[in-house]
Amino acid sequence: MCGIVGLFLKTPRLEPQLGGLLSGMLGTMTDRGPDSAGFAVYGREAAGRKITLRGPDAPSLRRTIAALQAELGLVLDVQHRDTHAVLVVPEDRETEIRAWLAANGGADVVGSGQRMEIYKEVGLPASVAGRFDLAAMAGTHGIGHTRMATESAVTTNGAHPFSTGPDQCLVHNGSLSNHNALRRSLRREGLTFATDNDSEVAAGYLTWRMREGASLKGALEASLADLDGFFTFVVGTRDGFAVLRDPIACKPAIMAETEDYVAFGSEYRALVGLPDIDGARVFEPEPATVYAWERH
Amino acid sequence: MPLVDLRQTTLRELNRSLHALDPDTNETHWRVRHPDGRHAVAAGLSLPIAVEIEGHVGYYCAGMNAQAEIVIHGNAGVGVAENMMSGRVHVRGDASQSAGATAHGGLLVIDGNASARCGISMKGIDIVVKGSVGHMSAFMAQSGTLTVLGDAGEALGDSLYEARLYVRGSVKSLGADCIEKEMRGEHRAELSEKLAAAGLQGEVDPGEFRRYGSARRLYQFHVDNAGAY
Repeated sequence: MCGIVGLFLKTPRLEPQLGGLLSGMLGTMTDRGPDSAGFAVYGREAAGRKITLRGPDAPSLRRTIAALQAELGLVLDVQHRDTHAVLVVPEDRETEIRAWLAANGGADVVGSGQRMEIYKEVGLPASVAGRFDLAAMAGTHGIGHTRMATESAVTTNGAHPFSTGPDQCLVHNGSLSNHNALRRSLRREGLTFATDNDSEVAAGYLTWRMREGASLKGALEASLADLDGFFTFVVGTRDGFAVLRDPIACKPAIMAETEDYVAFGSEYRALVGLPDIDGARVFEPEPATVYAWERH
Repeated sequence: MPLVDLRQTTLRELNRSLHALDPDTNETHWRVRHPDGRHAVAAGLSLPIAVEIEGHVGYYCAGMNAQAEIVIHGNAGVGVAENMMSGRVHVRGDASQSAGATAHGGLLVIDGNASARCGISMKGIDIVVKGSVGHMSAFMAQSGTLTVLGDAGEALGDSLYEARLYVRGSVKSLGADCIEKEMRGEHRAELSEKLAAAGLQGEVDPGEFRRYGSARRLYQFHVDNAGAY
């Protein structure tokens, strides 16, 4: 099961409403995934690097961030949202900050980039969206996932989106069968993985391809030959948004496009609340075909 | 004419009302507004009533239909008219995967495209798709007809039994044991009849279609395979 959603705005008109629209889409997909939920939002570009951190609970995350700033002599712009916080850090200090976090614990890095913020937690999608106040977030695009755990525990680590590169993230409906071998070869290429999750390997694969010079579209096209299994992916990058289904189209997908946006849902129900949906071109993405959009 | 707005009335109430109708009911024409992609809209109907659905529906719309005539003014999700027994289902937009799956009878007309596995395991239904169909259409189809005015995707008619497939456009590839067959007079007559039933009489030339069917090598016992048992 599981539900995935994505919304990419082609014009600025709806940017203030991005979070509100995405929140509605995510809530509708509760039927497909009531165990945990997560989402990524591409918001305003920061004057530095945005790092999204997740702590075990809000007070201890605050303590960790205070200690980090004190020990490294930093005064950071920090936006707390429940168990998550987004730090804006000088780009030349990111490695040092990550090393401090790795050594001291107390918070996991969920993702980083110039524009991307990622939030994920266990619980009903509507309550997860509510805890982080997704409805109030503005941005140009976002993706989300609702999980129905079938083969591993209900934990935040198993929640999507997965991010393995700056401003890159992926949500996945399906399962991959060659992820262990692929993870080993990607580790040899210098990628790091936080979990044993198959979807994180798909994210890592795309990060590797793009690092080697491929476009988002090219990376996804290459994945058709290298990933074995069932998948519908929705992927976000700093300025891009893409959708890919496996060659036998095992998992459901529906898209809607208007002059203002491109939207993806596991089911049409997720798209019903979008503006001008009655006038949208609604279509099912073809199997083994990459659909990609870029903002300019 | 009963008008049901699914933003006001629950889906369960709608389906219950449709199921509770008496055979001699005068409420023979229903309109359903705001389906909003809900699943199983107007599933399990068993009387010759008409239901018009104004918008996109989710999974299994008109599933198990018997006798009713159901028109969807929008797109249909997975499994529209699955296991239909009789009656008529008309999708004005596109249909998702497994349209008409396992259906025993009736007519399914899709004005747009149908995606993968259209007519999978069909058992007697007639399906007319005015656009194209996706991969693995008519997979293990047992009987009935699948008529496609556009193209067919990969592996058409894989492991086919006795269903007849008529395609006007290109076929990307044929599935195991599916072959092109000669279009004889009886087939042209059958195709004309199905096109007429779908309201296409005079609009489409049956002579432009090719016929595909089972080579009967896969499901028939062959003595050379005796050692395998």
